[in-house]
Amino acid sequence: MRLAVIGAGAVGSSVVELASDHGHSVTAFADSSSAVIDSAGIDAAEALDRKRIDGVVGSGTPEDALSAEYDVLVEATPTTLGDAEPGFSHVQAALERDRHAVLANKGPVAERYADVRALERESEGSVLFEATVGGAMPILSTIDDFDPSHITAVRGVLNGTANFILSRMATEGLDYEHVLAEAQDLGVAEADPTFDVDGTDAALKGVIIANVLSDDGTEYTLEDAEVEGIQEISGSALELARADGRTVRLIAEVVEGSVRVGPRLVPDNAPLAVSGTRNIAQLETEHAGQLNISGRGAGGPETASAVLADIGRL
Amino acid sequence: MSDSTDEVRSYTVRLELVDEPGELLRALEPIANNGGNLLSIFHERGNVTPRGHIPVEVDLEATPERFDDIVDALRDAGINVIQAGAEQYSEALTIILTGHLVNTDLSDTLSRIHESTDATVTDLSLSAPEGTDDASSARIRLATEEGAVTETMSAIRTVAGDKDLRVIEPLAAGGEA
Ligand SMILES: NC(=O)c1ccc[n+]([C@@H]2O[C@H](COP(=O)([O-])OP(=O)(O)OC[C@H]3O[C@@H](n4cnc5c(N)ncnc54)[C@H](OP(=O)(O)O)[C@@H]3O)[C@@H](O)[C@H]2O)c1
Repeated sequence: MRLAVIGAGAVGSSVVELASDHGHSVTAFADSSSAVIDSAGIDAAEALDRKRIDGVVGSGTPEDALSAEYDVLVEATPTTLGDAEPGFSHVQAALERDRHAVLANKGPVAERYADVRALERESEGSVLFEATVGGAMPILSTIDDFDPSHITAVRGVLNGTANFILSRMATEGLDYEHVLAEAQDLGVAEADPTFDVDGTDAALKGVIIANVLSDDGTEYTLEDAEVEGIQEISGSALELARADGRTVRLIAEVVEGSVRVGPRLVPDNAPLAVSGTRNIAQLETEHAGQLNISGRGAGGPETASAVLADIGRL
Repeated sequence: MSDSTDEVRSYTVRLELVDEPGELLRALEPIANNGGNLLSIFHERGNVTPRGHIPVEVDLEATPERFDDIVDALRDAGINVIQAGAEQYSEALTIILTGHLVNTDLSDTLSRIHESTDATVTDLSLSAPEGTDDASSARIRLATEEGAVTETMSAIRTVAGDKDLRVIEPLAAGGEA
């Protein structure tokens, strides 16, 4: 397949780097101000070097990338709320040209799911977005395999940064501010960790799952989610939980059309009590009991693997 | 459920009484007045609930119909009926409350939870590392009627919301936690 990769951050760059390993060529690659286009396949190493050294991927414009020859558009620009731009327009451009769109960007499928699906219906192209929920973990494709109608609930730890903070607080007896600063030093938390610790990121993933599970056409957006973060979790609360064989995890729960994210008490030895940056999703299936999928929920190469797996499924 | 409603059966009723003279007698009256036959009274003195009440277990005989009247009469008389017959408090629920627990009157919080949910507090641990004026946490174990966990949780959220306290809920109310 010929790929147009839009976004040259951790995810987009990894897709470009790993594409040839998976038998694909990249014919267009853009960041916010530049692009490199070659219908015979760009020189990935050169473009990534140029991004690293000069801060641009090539001498073209991002618009050139959108109108280039490609089979699949990979959307890896920043996740935005509300109108989900610029990601939404990129997906639209691809579908209107009867091309496929594979998303790492959560915005379009969390905030404008019905619009995306409507565009897809009018197009020869398809939309896949495994990478938007749980990085490398095959959560959405497992739901798809089972058929959404056989999944009654999904619960999970879907944000590695929040999980790292909570598990460090619990095991080391340190307070929130201290562990957050440490996580930033380690690169586990970003300079602005707001969406990770206030539950927004996990909620977007929950909303995407709710959209996939929705069997009556109901559309979910962030506004439909009940969200609470971990900023006010105190050491004493974790201590009380521990004395009772429990711990606290930021859990996203999708049950019967409701999406809730918040700190929850879970037994210390429960599958959901993963530690560090690990993620887990627990699917409640109608006939096969509980199914746990755990793994790395984020990271450039991890997320790129999910993107490439989607491309393989097209 | 049996459909022979006139058959006399034996029941156990658990009550929580305020520690005041005459309370026990007041609790037994509705039983006799509604045709119940008292078998035994187990008065757990010394075993006080977190809210300072005294648990009492009463065994009695009555027809199912009369038994329902007895329970209603007890509740009408303002007596705390914790468990009556088959209506067991069988689901345990653990939550953690955090915030200005002491300044917002913890015992009032607990009684409001109790009043609005019919759940009983069976265990309470408080941690106030910075002293009582500061934010503290309490782990509370509740016993609630089977199937009433969702209802109980939403009542707890309301009480907590009113007092600006945060609730760390158990995972999946009614689920494995
Ligand atoms: N990182 C992860 O582990 C992970 C996991 C799952 C999903 N995601 C999602 O995947 C997406 C990409 O993540 P990331 O970590 O790679 O983000 P990132 O490092 O912030 O990179 C975003 C990239 O998008 C580019 N961009 C911004 N506006 C653009 C536009 N209008 N046209 C073309 N390119 C534009 C930026 O260009 P400049 O370089 O010029 O600024 C940047 O290269 C996000 O939506 C994120 O939520 C990430």
